[in-house]
Parts: sequence; structure tokens; C-alpha cells
Amino acid sequence: MVEAAKAIVTFLTQPEWLITLSGIAMALFFWKRDQLVHPRVMLPVALASTLFFVLSCLNDNFRAIVTKPDNIPIVLLLVFVGFLFWLAMYQAVENDKRIANGLPPQEAADEPAKVTVWPNLVYTEMICIILMTVGLVIWSVFIKAPLEEPADPSDSPNPSKAPWYFLGLQEMLVYFDPWLAGVVFPGLIIVGLVAIPFIDRNPKGSGYYTFAERKFAISVFCFGFLVLWVLMVMLGTFLRGPNWNFFGPYEHWDVHKLVPLTNVNLSEYIYVKWMGQQLPESILVREGPGFVLIGLYFLALPPLMAKTFFKNFLRDLGFIRYNLMAFLFLFMLFLPIKMVLRWTMNLKYIVAIPEWFFNI
Amino acid sequence: MALTDKLVSTVTESQVWKSIFRHGMPDTPRNQALAVLSNVFLHLHPIKARKSGIKLQYTWCMGGISFFLFLELAVTGILLMFYYRPTAEYAYMDIEALGDHVPIGIMRELHRWGAHLMVLAVWLHMFRVFLTGSYKPPREFNWAVGVILLTLTLLLSFTGYLLPWDQLAIWAITVGSNMARATPFLGHEGPGASLLMLGDIPLVHAGDDARFGLIAGRAVGEAALLRFYVLHCIAIPFVVMILISIHFWRVRKDGGISGPL
Ligand code: HEM
Repeated sequence: MVEAAKAIVTFLTQPEWLITLSGIAMALFFWKRDQLVHPRVMLPVALASTLFFVLSCLNDNFRAIVTKPDNIPIVLLLVFVGFLFWLAMYQAVENDKRIANGLPPQEAADEPAKVTVWPNLVYTEMICIILMTVGLVIWSVFIKAPLEEPADPSDSPNPSKAPWYFLGLQEMLVYFDPWLAGVVFPGLIIVGLVAIPFIDRNPKGSGYYTFAERKFAISVFCFGFLVLWVLMVMLGTFLRGPNWNFFGPYEHWDVHKLVPLTNVNLSEYIYVKWMGQQLPESILVREGPGFVLIGLYFLALPPLMAKTFFKNFLRDLGFIRYNLMAFLFLFMLFLPIKMVLRWTMNLKYIVAIPEWFFNI
Repeated sequence: MALTDKLVSTVTESQVWKSIFRHGMPDTPRNQALAVLSNVFLHLHPIKARKSGIKLQYTWCMGGISFFLFLELAVTGILLMFYYRPTAEYAYMDIEALGDHVPIGIMRELHRWGAHLMVLAVWLHMFRVFLTGSYKPPREFNWAVGVILLTLTLLLSFTGYLLPWDQLAIWAITVGSNMARATPFLGHEGPGASLLMLGDIPLVHAGDDARFGLIAGRAVGEAALLRFYVLHCIAIPFVVMILISIHFWRVRKDGGISGPL
């Protein structure tokens, strides 16, 4: 019984299932939000998750990893993100109901009343400061900051992990080379974030919680932040062990775990597997199909989308904004697409030119 | 009762008290306004604010908590600097000594857990600002300032990670900074770098590429420690301080905390 439950959890936490199911869960949550945000539903979910966590802590491997001092903030991250996301969606649903009934959102109903900052805001801040201070002191008294062996440049630990907030990027290294996962993606995340106010021209939903008025913007951002960032940090922290292999939450981190690497490049698929010949000598011929695919993805898809389901976007945003939006959007989707290709057909690189350190 | 009243009024009417606080008890609207206006810290606030905007369920107080944690880290960080020497010889020993010699010493703990929390708070603050659509005009610029603050917060934490000079520190920084090797054109294992040649001589190699610039050497060593120390204690906090000032100034100038129009 216990073993079966553990096996199920281990199965579901494999990266392909974890990421896919979380994506589906999020879509479902947005779709059925009116019913799902109700505390009647969410309270049992929260209790069940807590119970799951507590029971799992009976397992030594699970407990060791979630109570590791430096991992405690990541458990907190999960709790806070979960709670605050619900809080936001709850208010959004309430506001959407009001708006549907011709009322202004709750935030506007409080207007135009302005209140004095002393004591209304200053006291809240004061209480926050006191609670934070007390919390930090208690945390610090009970949990010592870890200190490992002195630095030794000749002895690299396995696994070697980047600081936890970069583990999403380190997880991307499974699917992309460092120049993409470590340089281009972070760069584009920053550029993309700065660009948000300039490509989201929807005048609605400014200054109050809503979902119905900003479905596309909120879904995309939440997918990026919750699934592609927060979830990947969790995955990298809790489920990646020696050699960056996957280890289930109850599994012992065995350095000798062998995972066969059977990944195949697109060029090998096309020339060797499908056409039954040798790889061409010329790099450009060999990687031609990959280049064409990438080119089509980034250059042909935006106009195609503009003709079909993004028609309104082109009209509302204008040419430059639309293309910027489409490029950033496609770049973000590139990650899950590559993931799915890896999981379903073991695809390693779409374009593989190790000679030039140029692999996509 | 009469005695305490008398005591209170003696104190609050003394010259010393009045030289500090230029108003009576903040129990009238006038004095509440003065309490905010005549205090250099509190006057970051407006005198009155939207009722909806200052509700906890609206802002989650996350921006405020980020700022509080920044200050907390500055204070505990300064205290740590008294005991820490950023050299390969002493760094580890000094950190170890902090744990061994100081009874119930929690400065290092306060600094480390606070740093983790600050990263968390800044992410959540961004999340809230997004979900309330508060980046929309006229707040686009402040959102951009925020994104830079987010990046700098991560860099602050990243540079601090190296300082204990233990195995966790150097290997995490090694993994992190190895990425810079693959920077297109600027890293010696990045695409395009091999195109930058002067005759036979490669212009970009392990001794001058982006990673070398970041860690001041071919591997994470003492030069990297010093570099990260200066970035962590002086350079980045300095820039963050300036950007936070701009950020707060702009919150006010953009019409206070956002609300429905
Ligand atoms: C060191 C980091 C940061 C600090 C100390 C900080 C502090 C604050 C504070 C105190 C406020 C007032 C309202 C509130 O508490 O929510 C605020 C508002 C704001 N912040 Fe930040 N912030 C930081 C990072 C960011 C980031 C990462 C973003 C976005 C990417 C951002 C964007 C904004 C915007 C747009 C507002 C105006 C929100 C509104 O009017 O509702 N900030 N910030």
C-alpha cells in the first residue's frame, strides 16, 4: 500500500509528467476558476497537500532533502506562491463577477475614499516589520547556517548545483546548450519582462485583480513564472541528484545510478534513420533541415498566427509590437516544445554544429 | 492615572522632545499628516492613500518586505564585515570562527536566511504587480526599474554565495559562472568566438573571455573572491540603493500605489 503510493508519486514526479501535469492543472484551474477558487475546494486541497508533505517526511530520503537548511526557503516558496496565487485568483473571480453584473471592481468600490497613511498604512508596515523580525530571529536561532568543507578546487562534488534561484536555468541545460540556457534565455527573460508593458496594450485590468479581462496576458505570465520558473527551481532542487539524474522524492541519491543516454540529433533522424544514408560531409547540408525548421518557427509562424488566431493582436498592437510579442512568445514556447520533443522522440539537437559550439 | 498623564505631558512638552518631534500625538488628522511629513523616513509616503491600495490583500506588502529585507541585510552585512577577510587564507576560518566563538551568534544566520527570503519576496512582489496590472501606463518605467532591481537582487545573492569559501560556495559559483564561457562571441566556448581571429591568433580564449572577466581568472580562485566581495559589499548595494530611491520616487510620481481609474 505504502510502496504503491510511493511508486505512484515517483512516477508522477518524473520531469515529463510533473511539468505536463502542472501545465494541465494550471489550465484547468483557470478554466474552472469560478468553482475551484472557492475555499470549499481549496481548503481540502491545501489540507491534503499538507498531509502529503507530513506523511512524506516519514521517509528518510524525503525528509533529508526538504529539511536541508538551504532548501527550507524553497519549501516556503511553494507555500507562499500557492497561497498568494489563490488569493489573487479569488479576488479576480470576485471582481469578474462584479464586473459582469455592471458593478466596478471591489478596489473601485473602496474609492474615492482616501485614508490617512498614519495610522492605516504605517501600522500595517510596522506589524509586518515586527513579524518579519521575530520570524527571522526564531529561524536563525534554531537553524544554523551551513558551512561545508573548505573550498577545494580539485574535488568537485556530485551533484554540483548552482544557487537555488538559478536551478531553473540549470534544468534548462538538460534541453539546451549553455549558450542558450545560460546566456540567451536569461537575457531574453530580462528583455521580455521589461517589454511587457509595451506589448500588453490592453487598457483594462489596471490596478485591480481580474482574470476575465486579461486572459491571455495572465495565462502566459503564470505559465512562464509558475511552471517554467518556480516549478523548475523545485525540480532542480528536490528531484535532481548526482549527474543531474532524476531521483524520485523517496529515492536515495545513488551516485552510480545509470541512465542510458540515447538522444539523437535531427540530422541523424533525417539522413540516417529515414533516408538510410550517411550524414553529409558539408555542415550546411547536414544541418540544413534544422535551420529550415528554426527559420520557419521564428519567421513563418508570426505572420501565420497573425492570419489566424492572433488576428486581433496584429490589429491592436501594430506591426513592430506584434512581431516583438510573437518573437518573445515563441521563444518562451521553445522550451516546452524542445522538452516534449526530447520526451517523445529523444531529440537531442535540432541544429547540431559542435564544431562551432552552435547547437540548438 | 493623573500621575502618568502628568508625566506624559511633561515629557512631550519638554524642549528636548519638541526639538525632535514637531507635532503633538498623531490622534488628529493634522498631527497625523505632520507625523508623516516631518519624518524623513515616513515622508516616503503620501499623507493620504487609496484605501484599496494599502490593503494587505492587494499589495501583500511584498514591496515593503523586500525593502525591509534589504535594510536588514545591509545591517547584518556590515556587522559581518567586521569579522571577515576576503582572502583564500582567512575567509573560511573567519566564517567558521563566527559560528564557534560567538555564543548564540546569529548574524550569519540572519544574513543568510534574510537573503533567501529577499529573493523570494522580490519574485512575489513582481508577481503581484503583474497580477494587478500595475505595470500599465503610467507605470511602465517603474516596472523596468523593478526588473533591474530583480536582476541585481539575484546578483547580490550570487556574489554573496562565494564568500564563505567552502565547497558549496566555490562549486556553485563555478557552475554558475561556467555559463559565461558559452556567451556568443564573447566566451571561448560560445558560438561565433572561433570566428574572431587575427590571422592565426584567436581573439577570444580562456584567458580573456567573458568568464575570465567575471571571475578574474581561469578558475574560481582568490581573485574571484576579492572581486565578488567588492561587488557584494559595495558596488551592487550602491546601485540597488539608487534604484530603490528611483523606484519609490516613481511610485509617488506615478500617482501612488495603483488602483482602478
Ligand atoms: C529590491 C527590490 C524591490 C523593492 C524594494 C521594491 C519596493 C516596492 C514598494 C515598497 C512598492 C510599493 C507598493 C508595494 O509594496 O507593493 C513598489 C511598487 C512597485 N514595484 Fe517594486 N520593489 C522591488 C522590485 C520590483 C520588481 C522586481 C518589480 C517588477 C518587475 C517592481 C515593480 C513595481 C511596480 C510597477 C510598482 C508600482 C505598483 C503599484 O503602483 O501598484 N518592483 N515596489
